[in-house]
Amino acid sequence: MSRSSEVSRRRRSVLAATVTAASLLPWRGASADDRAGPHAHAFTAAGKDVLTVVGPWEMTGLDPSRAGYMFQRMEVVETLLDVSNRGRLQPRLATSWQVSDDGLRWRFRLRGNRRFHDGSEITPENVLMCLRRAHARPGVLRLADIRALSAEGGDIVIALNRPFAPLPYLLTHFSVQILAPASFDAKGNVVRIVGSGPFRIVSISMPQQFDVERFDGYGGLAVPGQVRRARYISVARAETRTLLVQSGQAELAFSLDPPSIRALRTSPKAVLVTQMLPRTTFLKLNSGHPILADVRVRRAISLCVERQGIARALLRDADLGASQLFPPSMSGWHDPALAPLRTDPAAARRLLADAGWLPGPDGIRYKNGQRLALSLTTFVDRPELPLIAAALQEEMRQIGIAVRVVIGNSSDIPAGHRSGNLQLGLVARNFGNLPDPVATLLQDFGIEGGDWGAMGWRNAEVPATLARLAAATQADPAPDAAARARVAAVLQAELPVIPVVWYRQVCAASRRIAGVSIDPFERSYRISQLQWT
Amino acid sequence: MTRFSSPRMHDTSLNLVRRIAPALAHRLLQAVLVALLVGTLCFFMTRMLPGDMAYRIAAGRYGYDMVTTAAAEAVRLELGLDRPWPAALVEWWSRLLQFDLGVSQVTAQPVAMEIAWQLGPTVRLSLMAMGLSLLIGPTLGVLAGLKPGGVLDRFTLAISTVLRALPSFLLGLVLVLLFSVKLGVLPAAGHDDHGSIMLPALTLALGMAAVSCRVARDAMVQVRGSAYFAFALTKGLSLRHALLRHGLRNVAAPVVAYLGVQLVYLVEGVVLVETIFAWPGIGHALVHAIFGRDVPMIQGTALVLGLMFVLFNALVDAACAFIDPRRRP
Repeated sequence: MSRSSEVSRRRRSVLAATVTAASLLPWRGASADDRAGPHAHAFTAAGKDVLTVVGPWEMTGLDPSRAGYMFQRMEVVETLLDVSNRGRLQPRLATSWQVSDDGLRWRFRLRGNRRFHDGSEITPENVLMCLRRAHARPGVLRLADIRALSAEGGDIVIALNRPFAPLPYLLTHFSVQILAPASFDAKGNVVRIVGSGPFRIVSISMPQQFDVERFDGYGGLAVPGQVRRARYISVARAETRTLLVQSGQAELAFSLDPPSIRALRTSPKAVLVTQMLPRTTFLKLNSGHPILADVRVRRAISLCVERQGIARALLRDADLGASQLFPPSMSGWHDPALAPLRTDPAAARRLLADAGWLPGPDGIRYKNGQRLALSLTTFVDRPELPLIAAALQEEMRQIGIAVRVVIGNSSDIPAGHRSGNLQLGLVARNFGNLPDPVATLLQDFGIEGGDWGAMGWRNAEVPATLARLAAATQADPAPDAAARARVAAVLQAELPVIPVVWYRQVCAASRRIAGVSIDPFERSYRISQLQWT
Repeated sequence: MTRFSSPRMHDTSLNLVRRIAPALAHRLLQAVLVALLVGTLCFFMTRMLPGDMAYRIAAGRYGYDMVTTAAAEAVRLELGLDRPWPAALVEWWSRLLQFDLGVSQVTAQPVAMEIAWQLGPTVRLSLMAMGLSLLIGPTLGVLAGLKPGGVLDRFTLAISTVLRALPSFLLGLVLVLLFSVKLGVLPAAGHDDHGSIMLPALTLALGMAAVSCRVARDAMVQVRGSAYFAFALTKGLSLRHALLRHGLRNVAAPVVAYLGVQLVYLVEGVVLVETIFAWPGIGHALVHAIFGRDVPMIQGTALVLGLMFVLFNALVDAACAFIDPRRRP
């Protein structure tokens, strides 16, 4: 008996010890693999000197064409040129640039004495290698008809077959970032990120997180901020991003959904910072489709769209209703004198009746036995799009158009454009992808239309004007603002795409930091400007 | 320990091997079949999904602002997506035989390497969740079962029903609101902060504990009413001693057996919970791979999840055999 009770006591104490050990294990484990020193303390202390940025974007690879924008936004890598808030070119790795009179030969002078994070010097040869690499892949450099890339003296020379005025803007794009030779393996694949920005990579955990620290050898512009270490975490869900800021675990959260924005308005831990971006949500229409080829049908659809209502109810910001394609932040393209797009369902019904579409017994219109039914394709990458699509579906039903909403992936839009099967597509187009909109507009409203722009639209004037704007040279300067206004006016009248709402970026910033501002071209989180409060 | 397995302690190790070899072989065969079946099914399911693969992969790689026909055509050419499907399937099978899972079509990294990265966090999360659920569920269940119809019994019934009915993403958000936003004691998400495993593990564990609590409670009620338990009490053992000597082991058998069933919940939950908590595991990778039509990644992650399922099931069987000698081979 005594032996047995001895055994059971021993067994119980072993059991108790196991349970205790098991409950301690994960905590010990976490601190053991913790590479970031300060995080070994309680979690609330984690952010004391590490600035945490959260966004939905995941690193899909180290190549500049994939997650290059993330390293650009965290100020790890630089491009030859930069742009100001108003979209004007600024020097970065190149101090100056000039173009020959015929517009065919561009020369970019490099800033001397600049070094990469590994201490190696930034030479014209390094830069040239990165440009050639970018040019060899599908991307923005393909927009210009480049004949040759070369290094002459301390300069980079780009020779073109045809003049292309927006060329310097292509060099601001993240996919044309300049990496040190140590970033590449023997086959030319990017295996690590060695840039030249004010921050350098400390560690990368693909695909979700990377840590950076201040690069003390940075020879570029002054760095006024106090942030020494920062971290980017990809968090897929908007609710989680919001909660991370509300709990004080993150300092900056991007891409918030309207319910989260409402919740954050009263948060004691965060403030909201907003900025209009040159992004417009519009309906891309297949103007080659038998129903949509009639401009009266396109106008009727535009007249039924309650832009202010959608902006107020779904984006919680009535000012975002798009009265024209280009938002006010696109100075030079937004035309305040242009008659705004109206909402007038009665006029829409009249236009449809004029076009021969008459109401049937089910409230949907018919012409020669054909039902006025269309499908609207959109995608979930931007959370507001499916909601806006549902609102448009109802608004179109009210004027007698039956719409089937198909929610898929962003690639369904260019795929549908190519196959010709797309009828209506709801998209959010970023005109600031390249800070000079001409390059983007040429892609969207060229003669053949564009993956993210017009489709089956017969118009000669807009492509010709855009081509003239792009081909401007010093000998043959760009047409004046009237030409740009004309483009905006034709797009407004012909409606190859129907603008719905503009876009305002909302970022949640912790009250522990000051100096937060949003880059309207989404090129930088500007962490080098931030101060701890 | 000695008493649990005393008659078998004298077995030679050769005997032991002879006894468990068929069981192991059975599991191994099961694993191979799962691998082939899961990979092949994934292959066909991804092919049957709507949308052009080249465009989907381009969107996954370059993001929605940069996906164009030119990018999609470059992807199609690079990956040879025009190949007939039997060739692609045979290639995958032959690679699998060489333990090569291929290269991710989105990130261009070897799938095996990506999975090796992600498997650790997923296994850690699953084990932690299972451990927590066993700590919470059966403990409360046994206490409730000691007094059927008592306050604790009714309370755990209500809580179990609510927890099991709540979808895990909602439960996760509620826990974050409580522990991170209101109390500020645990990180809301991520994986690098101290204690960040707790909330995702708790989310999974509470869902599992809700059921195992009821299973343990029913088992306890049964034990409580059994002749051998009554005899233990009659012969003078205290309730505590009777429970420890004769009760717990009998309660443990159905709880552990039920763990096998709960694995389904766990694997399914890991996929959701990892996305909510930005936990860099396999479930999260699977979700992203499906969006990006990254077939090798889908096949690889599904394969590993399937094998994990087989392995955990084998462990559950072994645990059952350990607890209940009648089940030993």
